[in-house]
Amino acid sequence: MTSVTDTASSLDQEHHHGPAKGLMRWVLTTNHKDIGSMYLWFSFIMFLTGGAMAMIIRAELFQPGLQIVEPAFFNQMTTMHGLIMVFGAVMPAFVGLANWMIPMMIGAPDMAMPRMNNWSFWILPFAAVMLVSTLFMEGGGPNFGWTFYAPLSTDYSPPSTTFFIFAIHMLGVSSIMGAINIIATILNLRAPGMTMMKMPMFVWTWLITAYLLIAVMPVLAGAVTMMLMDIHFGTSFFNAGGGGDPVLFQHIFWFFGHPEVYIMILPSFGIVSAIIPAFARKPLFGYTSMVYATASIAFLSFIVWAHHMFTVGIPLIGELFFMYATMLIAVPTGVKIFNWVTTMFRGSMTFETPMLFSTAFVVLFTIGGFSGLMLSIAPADFQYHDTYFVVAHFHYVLVPGAIFAIFAACYYWLPKWTGYMYDETLAKVHFWMSFIGMNLTFFPMHFVGLAGMPRRIPDYALQFANFNEMSSIGGFMFGTTQLLFLFIVIKCIRGGAKVEAKPWEGAEGLEWNVPSPAPYHTFTTPPDVK
Amino acid sequence: MSEQDREQPESIEHSTRRTVIRSTLVACGMFAFGFAMVPLYNVFCQVTGLNGKTDPNPYMYKAAEAKVDTSRDIKVQFVATKNAGMSWDFYPSTPQVTVHPGEPGLLNFVAKNPTGKTIVGQAIPSVTPFEATNFLHKVECFCFTTQTLQPWEEKVMPLRIIVDQELPKHIKKLTLSYTLFDVTHLN
Repeated sequence: MTSVTDTASSLDQEHHHGPAKGLMRWVLTTNHKDIGSMYLWFSFIMFLTGGAMAMIIRAELFQPGLQIVEPAFFNQMTTMHGLIMVFGAVMPAFVGLANWMIPMMIGAPDMAMPRMNNWSFWILPFAAVMLVSTLFMEGGGPNFGWTFYAPLSTDYSPPSTTFFIFAIHMLGVSSIMGAINIIATILNLRAPGMTMMKMPMFVWTWLITAYLLIAVMPVLAGAVTMMLMDIHFGTSFFNAGGGGDPVLFQHIFWFFGHPEVYIMILPSFGIVSAIIPAFARKPLFGYTSMVYATASIAFLSFIVWAHHMFTVGIPLIGELFFMYATMLIAVPTGVKIFNWVTTMFRGSMTFETPMLFSTAFVVLFTIGGFSGLMLSIAPADFQYHDTYFVVAHFHYVLVPGAIFAIFAACYYWLPKWTGYMYDETLAKVHFWMSFIGMNLTFFPMHFVGLAGMPRRIPDYALQFANFNEMSSIGGFMFGTTQLLFLFIVIKCIRGGAKVEAKPWEGAEGLEWNVPSPAPYHTFTTPPDVK
Repeated sequence: MSEQDREQPESIEHSTRRTVIRSTLVACGMFAFGFAMVPLYNVFCQVTGLNGKTDPNPYMYKAAEAKVDTSRDIKVQFVATKNAGMSWDFYPSTPQVTVHPGEPGLLNFVAKNPTGKTIVGQAIPSVTPFEATNFLHKVECFCFTTQTLQPWEEKVMPLRIIVDQELPKHIKKLTLSYTLFDVTHLN
């Protein structure tokens, strides 16, 4: 907290405003832009790691029968793919974007607690190394699915589970500290005149996300702590034989898990709410309703968790309550989709890459939302439960939802970060390859899922062969294309067409008032917001 | 102006500190809430009879109202399991009894200590289907207290049950399951 005064007093130290030199700059930095960049690079490395695991999964599922990996290893791949993508790729990417953009969007010199910011980043690589290292331990890594249901994750888990538990603890600590920092920044460091209802949507959605994070990450920490005690200290939280209850694990997990899926989507809502108005050259339609819709979604996320557990044997009244509560979420989400479409309506739209990704987001996220509605119907869910239909559903909301929004944000703000325009042609290739690859991968999964193909199984019945072949080809296409994204980003960092402070004609917001590339310190004197 | 500038960071620092303390308290509170879900869940299950948790008050059944409903035959099945680490032999004398609602059913459970140590055991009941949980009454049960067995001792423990006349009509079969715990270290 002293650093708030530090940054203010750095006004008199005009000579000391550049980054330090050498490797230690990155270890010791408290600069929100440095830390944001490190978050983004970390999440991209994790994205490729988790993606490589997805490639192994798709390679094994390319044909029926067992070809490439053992079932035990396949289980570790599905588990680690999920864990790494959720905790290593998507969440840190959003925190990285928050670090980079929130101070510049609200006219703050830095995050409220720059040193804690450094700490919350540097926990991550260690947690990730610990998580990935379990794969090389005796008995292999986590193999119980990313939801780690007890007793599979307690009585029947490999010895490395303890390392998995500590990795989750560390990732949780990092997220909670990041969230507290973001809340403190948004609530206290806004420039004079920046009232709450003038904040950009990205700031709003992140504020709400941060509250979700501090509300549910501790519950996850509690769940893994109980697992730890069940495994090592002879307690029976989840052991039916000892008076505990495995179903309790699912309740606790999904009490965390459902808000968690909104943690992974709300910042996306903020990103596309910034990009669509910029390229439609119209202000965002229904700003106030967007804010309230986001808050409603966040509230509802706490009372729908048991829709993940319709088949465990909850009473009829419970099934009905959770079914209707879940369906209710479609209302605020519908408000959001309506507002985006209305923003585009009669706008002077151009389709640069950020807009392409955002438009694809709106269309494909809606498809994922519809399959979610299908799953929310409790009696039908008994058919869909644990099939590839579920896999199709959550990949349709997470890949075009979270990942496409992150791509859109990267392309949208890359000129601001680097001072150069990215290669538009290559970026469009990246978009179309991702778009086609993603749909080719996940759309057929709806069909095989409805026909009854179970998830998390390395082999399948022969009649699913053609659709799985298509999925695998799409998966390889989507995966390879991400290397192109890496190339585009590196190329943009190294050079390109120079851009002015505001490279996008219709863009709005304080971040476009600072030069491109954004100087190491911005808004050391707060701007005046009218 | 310059004085204001000097005071501004002070107040930001204070409000930031307040925000951080509050957020940290929320996070700690939610960690505690995660653990509070365990007893809350148990209470919820006991009140609603979900998950086969039987009511802790074994004397809820009022014998005065008893009137045997001979129109129905209810099968009550018994399951005996041992928690990990429990060394006793533990089994019901009969796997199943058939009773009319309101009519007492009597049987025995047998426990045998096959070790050379004195062991204290506690049995925990559970009933399925969960809708029937509150309609199966234990008038006399070895699970009301702990049981102590001397080395090599064998004990026959009586169990008297009554199925409530209010038992929903569609339920024809109940399962009463006991899990036996070694609670020697608690005594």
